[in-house]
Amino acid sequence: MLWQQLLNGLTLGSSYALIALGYTMVYGIIQLINFAHGEIYMFGAFAGLFLVTVLGANLFVAIVGAMLFCMVLGMLVERVAYRPLRGKSSRLSALISAIGVSIFLSTLMALLAQTNTRRYPEIISSQTYHLGAIEVSSLQVLILFLSAGLMVGLQLVVKKTRVGKAMRACSQDLDASCLMGINVNRIISLTFAAGSALAAAGGVMVGIYYNAVWPYMGTMAGLKAFCAAVLGGIGSIPGAMVGGLTLGVMEILGVAYLSSSYKDAIAFAVLILVLIIRPQGIMGQKIVKKV
Amino acid sequence: MDGLFTQYIDPYYLRILMLIGINIIAALGLNLITGVTGQLSMGHAGFMSLGAYASAILSMQFQVPYPLALLAGGLVAAFFGLFIGIPTLRLQGDYLAMVTIGFAEIIRVFFLNFGPGGKAVGLAGIPQNTTFSTVWLLVLVVVLLNALLLNSRSGRALYAIRENEIAAEACGVNSTRYKVLSFVLGAFLGGLAGALFAHYNYYIDPNIGSFMKSIEILNMVVLGGMGSIPGTILGAVLLTILPEMLRQLPTTFPAFSLIC
Repeated sequence: MLWQQLLNGLTLGSSYALIALGYTMVYGIIQLINFAHGEIYMFGAFAGLFLVTVLGANLFVAIVGAMLFCMVLGMLVERVAYRPLRGKSSRLSALISAIGVSIFLSTLMALLAQTNTRRYPEIISSQTYHLGAIEVSSLQVLILFLSAGLMVGLQLVVKKTRVGKAMRACSQDLDASCLMGINVNRIISLTFAAGSALAAAGGVMVGIYYNAVWPYMGTMAGLKAFCAAVLGGIGSIPGAMVGGLTLGVMEILGVAYLSSSYKDAIAFAVLILVLIIRPQGIMGQKIVKKV
Repeated sequence: MDGLFTQYIDPYYLRILMLIGINIIAALGLNLITGVTGQLSMGHAGFMSLGAYASAILSMQFQVPYPLALLAGGLVAAFFGLFIGIPTLRLQGDYLAMVTIGFAEIIRVFFLNFGPGGKAVGLAGIPQNTTFSTVWLLVLVVVLLNALLLNSRSGRALYAIRENEIAAEACGVNSTRYKVLSFVLGAFLGGLAGALFAHYNYYIDPNIGSFMKSIEILNMVVLGGMGSIPGTILGAVLLTILPEMLRQLPTTFPAFSLIC
């Protein structure tokens, strides 16, 4: 029973982790809570649904298509709503702008696709494997491996490539990176693209796993993923992964052993407790205040 | 006295005027926390729903007189403001924002499961005691007290913390004490607004404490100009009227669907 719940928690947690990565990467570079990120995830789920139902694509085409679509959407959002504000106005203005984009995108989707909940058609044959007492569905295997693959891929890009090096430089000091000849705007744009693509993959997988896609699914998922990012220590990529998985496991264990009606409160209660004990998150670094 | 104001006003406009007054009180509360002291709080609607539920339950189940119920609504919210304010003082900026969002969500989920509060259905049949003159008299009192506070020694200390906390501490401002003070006072005003709303609207449900409501109040503070009382009032007025003016808009859009 416990192992089964742990597995379910890891599946849920890996989707949180995929969304949290986008939050943490953007925050690491421009210190902005990108509230529109949850809506990008929702658009990813809908783009996948559109590809599957209207164009008859298979699962992998749907995931890749949704990722490409959301890359463009994420870069567009950054270009239209955040870049004009950067450097000129306070961080709170950018935050409000992000919330505005979030409301705009979710109502746009409500207008485009109506507000009812939609389902993915069965595009993956569901098999159940037995590992001792644990039941693993083929979908869970897919989600776990695909998100692990994406996270490893992201880690390789950030650690091994020139662009990744530029991203790390920007997150340490934006002005100094600019002086070193890094095209800061391009790097920020690419960061949004990478984060949005991961969120889109998460959106398609969650849409299939829970069999529900609706225009307002992004708000709560986005808040919880941000919780996961803060939990892990915001700005840290491994932190987002650890935070996402921890949150997913905690939530499933809470539902299983405490009460299912408090499902949405558990994530936030865990967050508050962790932050009170360790204000910089699990893997975050303490920033020394300078005068 | 109330009839004097209300007999010439259309009920629809009267309702908007009442909501403007209630929103001004709530927004002035958040203005103390976020606008003046610079502590980003994104869960102000949580305080409102605490005040609304506390006062509604007191006047429905315990027949507490209306002014006491209002006061109790504010005090319950203030107590939680203290409760959330003290531990979160260790947190800065966006971490604090996240904790306040989380706090408001926990309150919302709590009321969704809270038996005496009617769970998801909410509470109906709250005595409609809030009148036009109560709301606007309270607005007047709150604005005056706010102005007095902000022009006092304590008010300047709050502004100093927003501008530069380290510098303020170096000048002898006890930043912990003042941050807690702003949280408690801001939460009290949020709770008061919630209590007024509960006794005006006759019906409350857990969604009055939703994230979107918190954002709405934050927008009022930011739109008018952080830390300014006239600005906050202007923001509350504009952002209460605008949605009403845009209410006709959705019907002009044809309904269509891209994905069937």
